[in-house]
Amino acid sequence: MADEVKIPPPPPQPQSATAGPSAGPEGEKPAAAAAAPTAPANPAAPAAKPPAATAKPAAPAKPAGPVPTPWNSPLVEKYKSRYGSGLDPLTYLGQNYLNVDRSLIPDILRLLRDDEQFDYCVDITAVHYPKREKPFEVVWILYSYLRNERLRVKTQIADGASIPSSVNLWATANWLEREVYDMFGIQFDGHPDLKRILLPEGWKGHPLRKDYGILQQDKEWVQINLGIESGQ
Amino acid sequence: MRVPENDAKNDAPVHSLSNLNLETPEKPYLDSNELVINMGPQHPATHGVLRVILKLDGEKILGTECIIGYLHRGVEKIAENRTYTMFNPYVDRMDYCAAVSNGLGYCEAVEKLLNVEAPPRAQYIRVILTELQRLASHLLWLGTHALDIGAMTPLFYTFRDREEVLKIFEKYCGARLTTHAFRIGGCQYETYAGFENDVKKFLTFFAPKIGEYETLLTSNRIWLDRTKNIGVISAADAVALGVTGPVLRASGVKWDLRKAQPYANYSKFDFEIPVGTNGDTYDRYLVRVAEMRQSIRIIEQAVGGIPEGPIMAKVPKVIKPPAGEIYHSIEAPKGELGYFIVSDGSTQPYRLRVRPPSFVNLQALDLMVRGALVADVVAVIGTIDIVLGEVDR
Repeated sequence: MADEVKIPPPPPQPQSATAGPSAGPEGEKPAAAAAAPTAPANPAAPAAKPPAATAKPAAPAKPAGPVPTPWNSPLVEKYKSRYGSGLDPLTYLGQNYLNVDRSLIPDILRLLRDDEQFDYCVDITAVHYPKREKPFEVVWILYSYLRNERLRVKTQIADGASIPSSVNLWATANWLEREVYDMFGIQFDGHPDLKRILLPEGWKGHPLRKDYGILQQDKEWVQINLGIESGQ
Repeated sequence: MRVPENDAKNDAPVHSLSNLNLETPEKPYLDSNELVINMGPQHPATHGVLRVILKLDGEKILGTECIIGYLHRGVEKIAENRTYTMFNPYVDRMDYCAAVSNGLGYCEAVEKLLNVEAPPRAQYIRVILTELQRLASHLLWLGTHALDIGAMTPLFYTFRDREEVLKIFEKYCGARLTTHAFRIGGCQYETYAGFENDVKKFLTFFAPKIGEYETLLTSNRIWLDRTKNIGVISAADAVALGVTGPVLRASGVKWDLRKAQPYANYSKFDFEIPVGTNGDTYDRYLVRVAEMRQSIRIIEQAVGGIPEGPIMAKVPKVIKPPAGEIYHSIEAPKGELGYFIVSDGSTQPYRLRVRPPSFVNLQALDLMVRGALVADVVAVIGTIDIVLGEVDR
């Protein structure tokens, strides 16, 4: 098992080549970074494979670790037949997730809660992939007490696009969505009180976006409200 | 201070107060005593820097709003700029009252991403330390919660006993609070000579102490008055609000991640999940006290059977998980603590999200205190058992 994990000391891998210098102003990961997580959308696409495979011909069978595989279950069958290509069920390391088209999100979430007993919304969060056409991936982590099963629902949205709020489905979504809004600037339609939660009201910028540097701050806010030159 | 009703029999109410126009159909007189007051962020009963805005009618609470973020350090942003190994000590600073649990969750999540498993010996050490941490966390909660309500005595006893746990931590890894006890792949430190003995000695010392706390509180009239039927939350509400941990179990939902989705060898140990029935502050107290007894059971079983063998799995020196994403969660003393990690195949997490139990549980505060008194807010904040370091991250 450990062998699988042992990744060879990186030969001319494009990732590591760019990783060093890219510690520049924006803490953004190299190109391969943005491309690799795209893999789920198309499990066969060897997005992360070629560099490793070409670099290390000795063990071509184990390129960059496991890849997501299609996930089959009665639940998936049911919805796949109804929604077709808008739904991409995958499994990775034993964890199941659904890639769902943005337009199907309200339907799917409601069905999962009402018909499939996913009554506990564990978490709502987002990931920023600035290189993608739709740079934000919103993730719902759901759990069903009855089935003792976890499921992730993911969707991709464009910058500035909004997503329907799920506060009416799970009350817990209130603060979770506020945090996503605070950190990424993603709008949730129909949220009862969408405002910042961890950062102060009036702060400019959304810190978990990849183009927001780790030392960056809203200088104006700091100077006016804290009366100091800089928060660093 | 009620305005006397106009005497209907009197046709000419010369002296009636209604002539003063104090009361209009839209705005009844003396109903304007809605008061908005501010509690915190610097307030001893908020367990840190929590600010709560209370809307009151007299002393009755009509609604609350929590203002959080005073301790926001951007842990998730920091994670994106550190390697997996470098980020490990940071997780201790979230729930700083249960640093060992945070570390366990993080290490297991990265291990899952790497597809390795810690060796059995390391798993046992982890279980022992994590359960000791649960005891320490619950003791800290019990002492401060009782102090908030006005029972000062338990504080001294719980802190005295918690110190014994911290001494074991200190002897094991050199730190009492922010322990950084585990490493990705296992444990860095072998147990010190006499570790088992220390733990066993602590258990024999500590087991009867729980009974002592209970004689101070469980049937204490004042304690009962301050906690019974205070801050009630139903099972349905708790589930809808995503509440986990002892708060959920006190409402009658028998759910504990150690049983539901066992991790770190918990399936090997025999223990029960204590549940409450009323979902009030008193039941949450009973559940946590019962949980301490169960933790003792788990530690007893684990310390007697630590297997021989390595304490580190074979993980590369430079942790570089393959591209992919994982969600892993554990039953921390306060509830479900989850880590959602997205790897891009580099040495740093592309995105690391922490699902903090305190943050989610705190959201239930508003529902739990509506209709209660101001003094009950203090009791309810205490009973949710929040740590602001984790709420704000």
